[in-house]
Amino acid sequence: MFEATPLLFESGAPGRKGFAFPPCDVPETSIHEAIPPEFLREEPAPLPELSELEVIRHYVRLSRKNYAVDVGIYPLGSCTMKYNPKVNEEAADLPGFKRLHPYQPEETVQGALELMYHLERFLCEIAGLDRASLQPSAGAHGELLGLMLIKAYHASRGEEGRDEILIPDSAHGTNPASAAMCGYKVVEIPSDERGGMDVKEVKRRVGPKTAGLMLTNPNTLGLFDENIAAIAQAVHDAGGLLYYDGANANAILGISRPGDMGFDIVHFNLHKTFSTPHGGGGPGAGPIAVTKELAPFLPAPTVERRPDGSFYLERHRPQAVGRIRSFYGNFGVLVRAYAYIRAHGPEGLRRVSEHAVLHANYLMRRLAPYFDLPYDRHCKHEFVLSGKRQKQRGVRTTDIAKRLLDYGIHAPTIYFPLIVDEAIMIEPTETEPLEALDAFAEAMIQIAQEVERDPETVKSAPHRTPVGRLDEARAARRPVLRWRPPAEDTAATQER
Amino acid sequence: MDYIPTTPEQRDHMLRTIGVDSVEELFADIPETLRLKRRLDLPQGMTEAELLRHMRELAGKNRHLDELVCFAGGGAYDHIVPAAVRTVISRSEFYTSYTPYQAEITQGVLQTIFEYQTLICQLTGMDVANASLYDGASAAAEGMIITCAHTGRSRVLVAETCHPEYRQVVETYLRHQGIAVDTVPAREGVIDLEALDERLENDVAGLLVQHPNFFGHLEPVREAGETVHAAGGLFVVSVDPISLGLLAPPGSYGADVAVGEGQSLGNHLSFGGPYLGFLAVREELVRRIPGRIVGETVDAQGRRGYVLTLQTREQHIRRERATSNICTNQALNALAASAYLALIGKEGLQEVARLSFQKAHYLASRLEESSKVRRPWQQPYFKEFVIETDLPATELQSRLVQEGFVAGPAFSQVGLAPETALIVCATEARTKREIDRFVEAVTHATGR
Repeated sequence: MFEATPLLFESGAPGRKGFAFPPCDVPETSIHEAIPPEFLREEPAPLPELSELEVIRHYVRLSRKNYAVDVGIYPLGSCTMKYNPKVNEEAADLPGFKRLHPYQPEETVQGALELMYHLERFLCEIAGLDRASLQPSAGAHGELLGLMLIKAYHASRGEEGRDEILIPDSAHGTNPASAAMCGYKVVEIPSDERGGMDVKEVKRRVGPKTAGLMLTNPNTLGLFDENIAAIAQAVHDAGGLLYYDGANANAILGISRPGDMGFDIVHFNLHKTFSTPHGGGGPGAGPIAVTKELAPFLPAPTVERRPDGSFYLERHRPQAVGRIRSFYGNFGVLVRAYAYIRAHGPEGLRRVSEHAVLHANYLMRRLAPYFDLPYDRHCKHEFVLSGKRQKQRGVRTTDIAKRLLDYGIHAPTIYFPLIVDEAIMIEPTETEPLEALDAFAEAMIQIAQEVERDPETVKSAPHRTPVGRLDEARAARRPVLRWRPPAEDTAATQER
Repeated sequence: MDYIPTTPEQRDHMLRTIGVDSVEELFADIPETLRLKRRLDLPQGMTEAELLRHMRELAGKNRHLDELVCFAGGGAYDHIVPAAVRTVISRSEFYTSYTPYQAEITQGVLQTIFEYQTLICQLTGMDVANASLYDGASAAAEGMIITCAHTGRSRVLVAETCHPEYRQVVETYLRHQGIAVDTVPAREGVIDLEALDERLENDVAGLLVQHPNFFGHLEPVREAGETVHAAGGLFVVSVDPISLGLLAPPGSYGADVAVGEGQSLGNHLSFGGPYLGFLAVREELVRRIPGRIVGETVDAQGRRGYVLTLQTREQHIRRERATSNICTNQALNALAASAYLALIGKEGLQEVARLSFQKAHYLASRLEESSKVRRPWQQPYFKEFVIETDLPATELQSRLVQEGFVAGPAFSQVGLAPETALIVCATEARTKREIDRFVEAVTHATGR
């Protein structure tokens, strides 16, 4: 059913072209006179040579071997794979947004600056905070910037000795990685029996070394940390700051605000909560919102409004931590998120979170009889099952995930969070219809039954996909990370 | 409006299955004091038609580049984007997909990333590339972090001639890791090799040079590379991918890491993003690469397939010991870059580089005819260069807008002096007529 698709490099023919550039219409300068020979390329880059139709067929064929939200339910926990409204694509595609150079004079980009100005304020209102930076290109990028602000804040108060960041054991991997990238030591806090952060342990570990604490709330178990006020107070009393990982913000829009919970910094994943497409891995955007006290440290430039109503980029920010990327952020992503917020309005956003939570609880109850549910309480926008029962039959969670692919459904996030054995983390989102939730539940239940009846079929899955289960160990042991021409490839192998 | 398909009856059915009476009950664990008792203070929602009208109004307050003719550069370029690129990235099987965690049903994205990695290697002459980073500036920072990790040293050098925003990003990233960043000053618009020599001690992990540099000039990359290698440091080069249709690839002059901004490869300007940072290294550095990498493997029947690989470098496995914190990257922009390179091909890359070179050199020769325009340096350049006039450059930019043109960045936009200097750039997208009219406009603006 699925034929192998040759690589670009295995297709085409010498001399073939897929695009024609205009002819040169200016008097020509001799390249060899203008540029010394040592700078020039001796051999052309060995790029493929294909016609436009070949290129289009290549990609269309590959696209047909790819799962996507527009194909079916995509219940990856902590990824919020909701529908990406098409009108937002159309908005971002307007020449007035798409065809702007970042260094155009400000008077020619007033609409773009106005959009950024208002988006910043919308995000601050949703977060319950005061100012924001739209510069971060992803959640992890926002984390990095937020941690830099924490460092700058403590330094401004002469408290450079604060070099520890507290992070729960259920946290996303980016949290400790971002902390390390910002030069912090990570102190891991265990979870309590209700799935929240162990408050006693937080109180025991905070102190004069504490720079801050990073928390996702609801956390990666999909559970709201009821003790957040006590945790915030303990951290603040010790002189630390609180960072909110907004990966799970789809549960709280218009319901509860991180700023009101005591958080000083929040990042939002616009590609999760605010529906901008994930693009097969990016681009996203991870703006951060902060308290007044932290606002002076936000990177330049910020968008400001003059008394006459015009907008400008403020580049003079003496206390700013420094840039974390070029230009102003992933503007095209910001346009889509702005459009999403404008379409929904306050009631629409609240409905989003109510339904995200409703759908998750419904699925959790449908699946609870068939899988272990380590934390049996109302979840928020996602929940975590354990494949422990199935493991006793010799079937691992990864097998269950691969078997789901045979049912034409993308698997949930698996083996995360790390504190749940054989974790299966499910986030259905508010945009999935009941019929899709039921089809997913039925598939999971059938697989649970197959585990009892016919575990081998599950263990050897998938069976109906373009390729069977791929050998990941081999890929890592003998890395082939690029195509090489056959002759060169043989030579390279012989060298080893 | 929203995109929620659940009817009131279906909601009640779900509530019954859960065993609660209302949606409110599902939020009972959020302490009363932490609940928002009012509506969010946001504008009312809109229908699609209302939204589009509003978005068009906002977009209409901008003067875009089908209306103004672009002679701006400085790290973002108005190159032609073939129509077929849009068709490829508009396939919603690609753009509504996530990072390919379940390889067997995401072979499409995985194969395109494997091809992208290969194309970047073919362009740069390097051995291995990753699946993309946020932009050219953060790619430069990640490249410098590789040099520190590999050498165990904690000081790096950055040429003053790099894009000022790239220098700031490198400085910000590295300072937070306790790494000192020193600047190698410029002489005549290129890196001062003597100054480089003076700053090189055996504590230097790496040197970053941009080639062509921020001013458009070609840098003495061979000499710079040899110098830093002699001190045991690594050589990181930030390149304009389009220039590689004409210029020698980093792999040919000893670069250990090649990075750059991939926007020029089939991505729209979009007011500065989303773009893509590319990063490629020599084989030896492969396990120090940040971010996603795709590798080839086989299934049980020996069929070829692609998976995310070498994941023990990454944050979701290694947590605080990962090579970087990056997770989400710029996959769709990398797909645009791949489709672009596949379309223009071997011949097209040479043409686009040659045309850009020719247009920029014609532009320079015409501007030199004006007594009001000075070029401060006479170095070999590729597609952009610096001019000075008697006007503050931002004033010149505004006058040029009135005549229908965009130029820049002004030095003051990127924190450089003098305020009378700015960058001008011409790509293959410019016609002789546009260039001639632009030169007239500059003459007119500076002569007033």
